[in-house]
Amino acid sequence: MAETVLELDDLTVRFHLRRGDLTAVDGASFSIERGQTFGLVGESGSGKSVTAKAIMRLIPAPPGEIPRGRVLFEGSNILDKSDAEMRALRGRRIAMVFQEPMSALNPVFTVCDQISDALRTNLGLSKKEARERVVELLSLVGIPSPQKRLDSYVHEFSGGMRQRVMLAMALSCNPNFLIADEPTTALDVTIQATILELITGMIERLGMSLLFITHNLGVVAHACDRVGVMYASHIVELGDKREIFARPQHPYTVGLLNSIPRLDGQAKYLTPIAGSVCNMMDPPTGCKFHPRCSHAMDVCRREIPRLKEIAPGHLAACHLHDRGTA
Amino acid sequence: MAPTADDTLLRVKGLTKHFTLHGDIYSKLAGEKTQVLKAVDGIDFHIHRGETLGLVGESGCGKSTTARLVTRLIEPTAGEVTLKGENLLGFSRSRMKEARKEVQLVFQDPYSSLNPRKTIMHILSRPMEIHGLVRSWAEKRERVLELLRRVGLGIEHIDRYPHEFSGGQRQRIAIARALSVDPELVIGDEPVSALDVSIQAQILNLFRELQKEFGLTYLFIAHDLSVIRHISDRVAVMYVGKIVETGPAAALFDKPLHPYTKALLAAVPEADPAKPAPRLTLQGEVSTPIDPPPGCRLCGRCPRESAVCAEIAPPLVDVGDGRQVACHNL
Repeated sequence: MAETVLELDDLTVRFHLRRGDLTAVDGASFSIERGQTFGLVGESGSGKSVTAKAIMRLIPAPPGEIPRGRVLFEGSNILDKSDAEMRALRGRRIAMVFQEPMSALNPVFTVCDQISDALRTNLGLSKKEARERVVELLSLVGIPSPQKRLDSYVHEFSGGMRQRVMLAMALSCNPNFLIADEPTTALDVTIQATILELITGMIERLGMSLLFITHNLGVVAHACDRVGVMYASHIVELGDKREIFARPQHPYTVGLLNSIPRLDGQAKYLTPIAGSVCNMMDPPTGCKFHPRCSHAMDVCRREIPRLKEIAPGHLAACHLHDRGTA
Repeated sequence: MAPTADDTLLRVKGLTKHFTLHGDIYSKLAGEKTQVLKAVDGIDFHIHRGETLGLVGESGCGKSTTARLVTRLIEPTAGEVTLKGENLLGFSRSRMKEARKEVQLVFQDPYSSLNPRKTIMHILSRPMEIHGLVRSWAEKRERVLELLRRVGLGIEHIDRYPHEFSGGQRQRIAIARALSVDPELVIGDEPVSALDVSIQAQILNLFRELQKEFGLTYLFIAHDLSVIRHISDRVAVMYVGKIVETGPAAALFDKPLHPYTKALLAAVPEADPAKPAPRLTLQGEVSTPIDPPPGCRLCGRCPRESAVCAEIAPPLVDVGDGRQVACHNL
C-alpha cells in the first residue's frame, strides 16, 4: 500500500457574505498518495480552487470559515496548525503554481530577487548561494540561457516562460507536494503541451505528489493518475483516470464527456447538459445536479447522495447507484 | 477555381494590416527606427454561401484583426474584401451601413459586449431601429420575443438587464442581437471560448441550428481546435499574420500537411487517456509579428526547414482536393 501524503476528510468551506452564506466546498473527501497526480476537475465555481486554497490555508477568515473537516498532510491536520507552523510548511513542503503568472509574480522585482527571497528565508542561503541556486532552477525548468535571464523582470518573459518561472519558484525549496491551479489555462495549446510535459516530467523525476486543478478534461486525461470531478461544491465522482474516462458513473461526468467536441470524426450535434449551474447562494435541495439531470428521481430532490464505491477505487455520488439500479 | 459571384459570399484577397509602433520619445531621440507589427500580412480566403469557415490559430496570429478588417471596424493597409461580388472597401458611408446589416459579429466576452445599462428589449431592438426594419412598438416587441424564443430564452427575460443572466445566456442574447437584422454572414470571434464546456456545447448546437434554419454563413474564429473541427466545413490555419493551410475540415484534421498544422494538432490534449499524450513538435516559441524576417514565419522552429525557407515566404498553393498549403518542403 502506497503512502498517503494528503488526505481530505469531509472538508467544508463556507463564506459569510452580505447576501447570505455560500458553501463553496461541501464535504470533500479524497486522498493523494506519494508520487501520484490527482486531477480535480470541474467547471467555473464548482469549488476546485477554494479546495486548493483551503489546503494551503489561504482562505481569508472572515468571510471564509471551515466549519467541518480535516486536511491531513503527512498525517497531521493542517487546519490545527499555528501560523508559524504553516509558514514552515508553505513553500518548503507544499508549494503552489497559479493560473496567472503575471498576477502571481511581482512586477517590480527581478526573477532572481523573487526566487532567492524564498530560498534565503526558507533555507537560509546567502545571497550568492541563492543566486547560484536560482540559475540551477531556471535551467531545470527549461529557460534558455538562465544566466542572462536572471535579472530580467516578469514582463520581459512570454506567457509560457512566466509559467516556467512560477514553477521554478514553486520547486525552489524542494517541496514534496505541489498544487497546480489551472497552470496551463492561460496558455496557447502548443505552450500548454510543453508546460504539461515539464510538470509531469518534474513530478516523476523529483518523486513529488501533485494536485492538479483544471477544467480541461483533455489535460486530466494525460497529466493525472486519479481524478475527482466536482460539481457545485460536491465531489460527485472519484476514481482512476482510465475508469473515469471509460466508465463514467455520475450523470454529470457523462454529460461533461459528451459535451466535448472531438478532434476525430464529427457528431453534427453535441449532447450538452441541459440548463445551467445552480445559483450557489440558493442551491437546490438534495442532489445539486438534479435540475439538470435526465435521470432525476424523487429521492434526488430530497436527499444529497453520498459517495459510494461502485467498483474498486471508483466512487460516485448518485442515487442511481443506490440499489444497483444503474 | 474561377470565382462564381453567386456562390461566394465573401472573398478576401491580399488582406494586410500593418500597425506602426511609435516608440517613446527616448527611442526617437536615439534615432531608433519605427517598428512595424504585421498583424495580418497578405491573406486570401473565401467563404461560400451557407458554409462555415473556421479560422484557427494561437494568440496574436491575427485572427481577430481579420474579423475587424472584414467588417471594416478598422481599415486595412492593403488588400480587397468583396461581399457578394462588390468591393466592400470602396463602399460609401451609407452603403457601408447597409452592408453592416448583412455582416454581423458575435464577440468573445458576453460580459463586455452587452451594455449593462440597457434592457434586453433595448439591446435586441436597437439594431432593427437603426436599419429601419420595424415600424411600430408592437412589431418591435413581437420580433424581440421571437428572437428570444429562437435562441432559447423566454418572454420573462425581455425587460431584464444583462447582469441578471449567466455567461451562456448572455451569449445567446449576443447571438440574438446579431440575428435581429437578418444578416447573411455572421462572424463569431471566439464566441464560445469564455464558456464552460457544458454551456459551450449548448451554444455550438445553437449556432448549427440557426445556420440550418436561416441559411447563415459563418466565419468562426477560435483557438480551440476541437471546436473548429466540430463547427467548420472548411478551415484556415493562421500563424503570425499568414494563412499556412486551408482545406475541408475533415481532410485537414485527418491528414494535416503544413508542419505548423501538424504541430498544433499534436499539441491538443484529447479527453481520452488512450490517445497519444500532447507534445510540441516545433522548437522554441511563437515568432514575433514585429518586423518579421522575409522568409517563412515558421523559420527556426520547423523540423522540415531548408535553405530557401529563410529567403522566400512560401505562397499558399493548391495541392488538390480543395486544399492549399504554404510550405516549400511538402
